[in-house]
Amino acid sequence: MELGVYSFGDVQRDTDGALGSTAQAQRNLLEAIRLADEVGLDYFGIGEHHTHEMPASAATVVLGAAASVTKNIILGSAVTVLSTDDPVRVYQQFATLDALSNGRAEITAGRGSSTESFPLFGHSLNDYDDLYAEKLDLLLKLNETPRITWEGRFRPALDDALVVPRPDRGHLPIWLATGGNPNSTVRAAVAGLPISYAIIGGPAERFGPLADLYRRAVEQVAHPNAQTRISVASPGFVGNDAQAAKDLWWKHYHEAFRALGEIRGFPAPQRAGFDRDANGGGALFVGSPEEIAERIVALHGVMGHDRHFFQMDLGQLPQKDFLGAIELLGTKVKPLVDAALAEKAPTSETV
Amino acid sequence: MTDIKVIGILGAGRVGTALARRALAAGYEVRIASARAPSEIALMMDFVAPGAVPATTEQVIAESDMVLLALPLSKYRSLRPEAFAGKIAVDAMNYWPQTDGVLPEFEGAPVSSEVVADHLAGARLLRAFNHLGYHELDAEARPAGDPGRRALAIAGDDAAARADLAVVIDRMGFDPVDAGPLAQARAFAIGTPLFGAPLGRVEMQEALAGQQAA
Repeated sequence: MELGVYSFGDVQRDTDGALGSTAQAQRNLLEAIRLADEVGLDYFGIGEHHTHEMPASAATVVLGAAASVTKNIILGSAVTVLSTDDPVRVYQQFATLDALSNGRAEITAGRGSSTESFPLFGHSLNDYDDLYAEKLDLLLKLNETPRITWEGRFRPALDDALVVPRPDRGHLPIWLATGGNPNSTVRAAVAGLPISYAIIGGPAERFGPLADLYRRAVEQVAHPNAQTRISVASPGFVGNDAQAAKDLWWKHYHEAFRALGEIRGFPAPQRAGFDRDANGGGALFVGSPEEIAERIVALHGVMGHDRHFFQMDLGQLPQKDFLGAIELLGTKVKPLVDAALAEKAPTSETV
Repeated sequence: MTDIKVIGILGAGRVGTALARRALAAGYEVRIASARAPSEIALMMDFVAPGAVPATTEQVIAESDMVLLALPLSKYRSLRPEAFAGKIAVDAMNYWPQTDGVLPEFEGAPVSSEVVADHLAGARLLRAFNHLGYHELDAEARPAGDPGRRALAIAGDDAAARADLAVVIDRMGFDPVDAGPLAQARAFAIGTPLFGAPLGRVEMQEALAGQQAA
């Protein structure tokens, strides 16, 4: 099981309570990726947002810098808001990242949870579904061939255009992100793409049937180049003491969703709901290393996922707490998960 | 009082499939349709709502005693009003310009269901299920009498239809609260304190009374 982190590059408060700059947030992100690699985590993803609170708008630049100061960690987007980007540019940037990182770049394409990029880049939300479908189609074709002839509604046609660099390994891994709409699960399976489930509220185990649906649909379609992998992205935070971790993270979680709720018209979260989701089988993986390891393994029993990664820096979490949680995820949670899954696996698979 | 046996669901996304699971758990027959052909959603239903029978939109409306609308809101225009004549239709949709895009007819409308009601003029239209998250439909259902049972508000101009839906909601695992005519749905629309709030029956009744008085 691969473990990792994803971030929207939150601006953070320092110990005096002052809010950091959007520029500092980029440097903090680079520091976090470097540590994640050092402590043996497998994956770091940056999610595209364009707000003052979440200013990670140019993920590939940060990931490119990270490529030169890390050795093993996979560097990806979580997610690239494909609907409002140019797939040719996205592909070129990630192929360049793949070259600089010696084959560690991945794209996760999605619609994204927020929509600031639509007015920013001159797109209409009324084209929400069509933009995504067309751009995903182009991105996948670019991954197959360096020369492309293509025509669509939202970008100029391509006539035997050359798109370089090409990844040394032939193709880039392109994941499809979904928040649990079963249609998206079928879409990923039909396209032969690995799927990334964002589980951000409610009981995590309700994604079990979707993972089963994904595997069955892949079997039925029998796509020749199918990469059937499943990952899970969920909010989470690790601290040495379970209760202290929940208490600390609640403050930041509350702040993040109170602010979001003001914009979108839903009420601020309540502690009772947080505690329900942060304990047992809920979507918030907040607690001690032992507790988080147990919960990852329990969800693996339901979903059989290959990778699980966590959004830790929400609501202006101080950088020291972010780094502390990354360290515990790598040094404590990961060995516990590895050991538990090795024990559960049949001997034939562990040999 | 109609004896509701078959519940139809239009829309097989997150909300539609969650409603299908609750309706099946409550012992109803369920028919479901989406923009895809029934054969295409059959596999999906085997996993996410086993027992729900895929059908065409026309079949779902014709064969069901009550139809739940869980489509992307912009698709409401594709529904043929004649097919809904005399039918109980429950609007579970919301208007979110942040993700639906701007739909001019919903801009400035106090509650999106009033626009849907105008379109489906012959339907006995109700508004319900809109003020809680789709994942809470699965997670928050509780048996009757459970102290943690959540309340769901029902608004609509047809009192008999509201009473029929109240029975369905109770069997699905929530406490139904009659909010009265459709205009009263403004009291639990997006941006009100009731929207998304985990309230029990009495709290919901008090909050509705407070909102309606305000």
